[in-house]
Amino acid sequence: MKLLENYDIAIIGGGPAGLAAAIGANEAGAHKESIIVIERDDKLGGILNQCIHNGFGLHTFKEELTGPEYAGRFIDKLLDLEIPYVLNTMVVDIAEGENGTKLITTISKENGLKVIKAKAVVLSMGCRERSRGALNIPGFRPAGVFSAGTAQRLVNIESYMPGKEVVILGSGDIGLIMARRLTLEGAKVKVVAELQPYSGGLKRNIVQCLDDYGIPLKLSHTVTRIDGKERVEGVEISQVDERLKPIKGTEEYYKCDTLLLSVGLIPENELSDSLGVKLSPITSGPVVNESLETSIEGVFACGNVLHVHDLVDFVSEEAKEAGKNAAKFAKIGKTSEENTITLTPENGVRYTVPSTICPENMNDTVTVRFRVANVFKNKYVAVYFDGERVKRTKKMILAPGEMESVVLKKEDLLNKGIKNIKICLED
Amino acid sequence: MTGMLYDAIIIGGGVIGSAIARELARFEGNFCLIEKNEDVCTGTSKANSAIVHAGFDAKNGTLMAEMNVKGNEMMGEVAKELDIPFKRNGAFVLCFDKKDLGSLQELYERGINNGVKDLQILTREEALKLEPNLSDLVVAALYAPTSGIICPFALTIGLAENAADNGVEFKFNTPANKIEKTDFGYRIYSDNEVLETKAIVNAAGVYADEIHNMVCEDKLKIVPRKGEYILCDKKVGNICERTLFQLPTKLGKGILVSPTVHGNLILGPTATDIEDKEGIDTTKEGLDSVIEKASLSVKSVPVRSAITSFSGLRAHINHDFILAESADNFFDATGIESPGLSSAPAIGIHIADMVSKKLALNKKDNFNPIRKGIIHASELSNEERAALIEKEPAYGQIICRCEMISEGEILSAIHRTLGATTLDGIKRRTRAGMGRCQAGFCSPKVMEILSRELNLPLDEIKKNGSESKLAVGKSNKGI
Repeated sequence: MKLLENYDIAIIGGGPAGLAAAIGANEAGAHKESIIVIERDDKLGGILNQCIHNGFGLHTFKEELTGPEYAGRFIDKLLDLEIPYVLNTMVVDIAEGENGTKLITTISKENGLKVIKAKAVVLSMGCRERSRGALNIPGFRPAGVFSAGTAQRLVNIESYMPGKEVVILGSGDIGLIMARRLTLEGAKVKVVAELQPYSGGLKRNIVQCLDDYGIPLKLSHTVTRIDGKERVEGVEISQVDERLKPIKGTEEYYKCDTLLLSVGLIPENELSDSLGVKLSPITSGPVVNESLETSIEGVFACGNVLHVHDLVDFVSEEAKEAGKNAAKFAKIGKTSEENTITLTPENGVRYTVPSTICPENMNDTVTVRFRVANVFKNKYVAVYFDGERVKRTKKMILAPGEMESVVLKKEDLLNKGIKNIKICLED
Repeated sequence: MTGMLYDAIIIGGGVIGSAIARELARFEGNFCLIEKNEDVCTGTSKANSAIVHAGFDAKNGTLMAEMNVKGNEMMGEVAKELDIPFKRNGAFVLCFDKKDLGSLQELYERGINNGVKDLQILTREEALKLEPNLSDLVVAALYAPTSGIICPFALTIGLAENAADNGVEFKFNTPANKIEKTDFGYRIYSDNEVLETKAIVNAAGVYADEIHNMVCEDKLKIVPRKGEYILCDKKVGNICERTLFQLPTKLGKGILVSPTVHGNLILGPTATDIEDKEGIDTTKEGLDSVIEKASLSVKSVPVRSAITSFSGLRAHINHDFILAESADNFFDATGIESPGLSSAPAIGIHIADMVSKKLALNKKDNFNPIRKGIIHASELSNEERAALIEKEPAYGQIICRCEMISEGEILSAIHRTLGATTLDGIKRRTRAGMGRCQAGFCSPKVMEILSRELNLPLDEIKKNGSESKLAVGKSNKGI
């Protein structure tokens, strides 16, 4: 597709977040021709295309879809709405132009180097996996050390096996899913080691991907050495203490040809950063207000580039809001920033998205999403308005691997003079 | 027997062997470089500090001092000819204790005697003006403006490509297993062939003692000296502008903190003598000590921004390089530890000079010193880049999103002289996979391109050596 000079809304990334944002923008009144979805890969759908397991869409569609099926629903919708998109197109720069216009530099075979202008931008570039280097795991650097997502692509897209005897470090969801996937493909998954005393993945994945296949999960363990000069020949796993430091004498050796890493996801914000968007040191994603607007006016963020989600359903929901808000911005421009309420995460709550709310600008409700810092049992999630508790919900269990949320209503916030909302855990 | 009699065979495709090959290519003759691995730049040359040292460190009167200062002076021109990145960013040697000011002064004088230009000793205040992130411990610094940073892969590959373009034959996966003296010179037995040559140049890095000992009466012993490094993301590459060395103290030899020529930050190396010539593993102790020592030099060490760690081996023999005709027509370029990279261009000339005189070789009149590097499309202006993509659309398809490397660059790496055949070969030629995701996203794509262009099944694609296949066959059931 030929890229035009001007758009109202440019959506960077055609994965689940970008697709939902585009649909949201259109539904909120943005003309289809005024929207462009820019995707770097050769198809829409993003990482869902390689997630061929089921379990997607329970919240959104009340059925269990595979990743490609879930993406397909949104892609079909996008095609029905005739919202334009380009593939194989990389955004290499976003800059601010005159009168708040955003200048987006794109590169593709088809359109060459093309700078387009947009009134509003939705950042939906997703995230990347933490690499071995980020962990400084000692040892050799042979072939056979893969991030779980890379292995997933090899198996599910290329139909090649990354290895036959596998150790997995990290119990993030992709690692758990790959433990099952590789087992089904005939590989032997020997162990999953997790540094923390709890899993980083969803409970249902531990049960369905490890327990059901008899794959041991070793909590408070990490890889302390990688062996093999050209191809992985084995890894050493050690137990760690409370400070997460390996304990001497607890080393166990696993012979294997493959080490998969599922040790965390990092929102991919290099573009946002170069544009000058303020990033949160906790989420590594942009700091946003109730409209999911970043520190730069007219630039919105959603999905895993904003903060890492565990369920795509929530990505879609959030992204749709971002798209709607971008459409609103493109139409009426800057909105009020008066009476802004700050959100403070406390006592076990690590962060909140958004981090500010302006009641005048919010829709009827705002969903505040957050994660907790540890595994907690039988705690209340409490909401305080200026020190006064207004809401509390009992939770049997809270875990860092499962995103939580509270919904705030406009009627409770508008013209109430509230300065601060605290979200915390309490007994 | 192939029947071919070479004038000289160079053993080893590191930066030294490649530099010698390029200098020999200026002469008439049949030259061949043999390398035991699958590519050039797979040993010490691929894992080092990537610094072009000014030359104040080596003892006065040593070959090390002479080659380093000469090599440093030559590097600007060499980099220009080979179209590779090189920057004279300058270096500090940091002094952390007033009691050590005498040693700093000694270093200054050693540098002056070695012929290093523009050396100065700076007070803490003067140093801070140039490098505001120096730690509170710094009391003074030796400043060497001629020190530089370079891409060691680009230098080695550039030298090798240019040598090959000027007629030097390169044979990979060709170890020298046995060497015999013959009437004409030497016979080298490799895995699948036997090569005849009048002369041998030994540039075998950490294996140079084994090669030397096959021929010479006197025996050498190289001790691989391991150096561990941490490389950090480009977003912290501006912590310092210059290379920050540490004055050796009673706690041992220091480590450096430096930007790389591509804008990353490098910390290291440690120095541990080991036995294993392939022992390039990193250790927890080593990496911890790198972080600890780096914190002497700069206020805060950006450990969280680490993107990879690696280690390299220096071929340590003594305290000087051996550049000599150690047996009749057998030339050693051995014991090339730091500052070997800096010295490479000068060593190339030095050895080529010895060989050409001994064999009475004549200069060629058609040597072309110019090599055109791979276009780095992301460094072009928008207009240039647009024009390039219009002409060659493959430059419009980004494969490595972290380093913004296009398919065009990868194709160029595969199809040029001594083209890449492995993932690491692509990485060292283009930087695809060297960024913050460490090839997580681009490796399957680069594997696909290699598979397509080399006409190999995907599970034959290797990371580097023969045992380093990335995939182990088709998945059982497919999808």
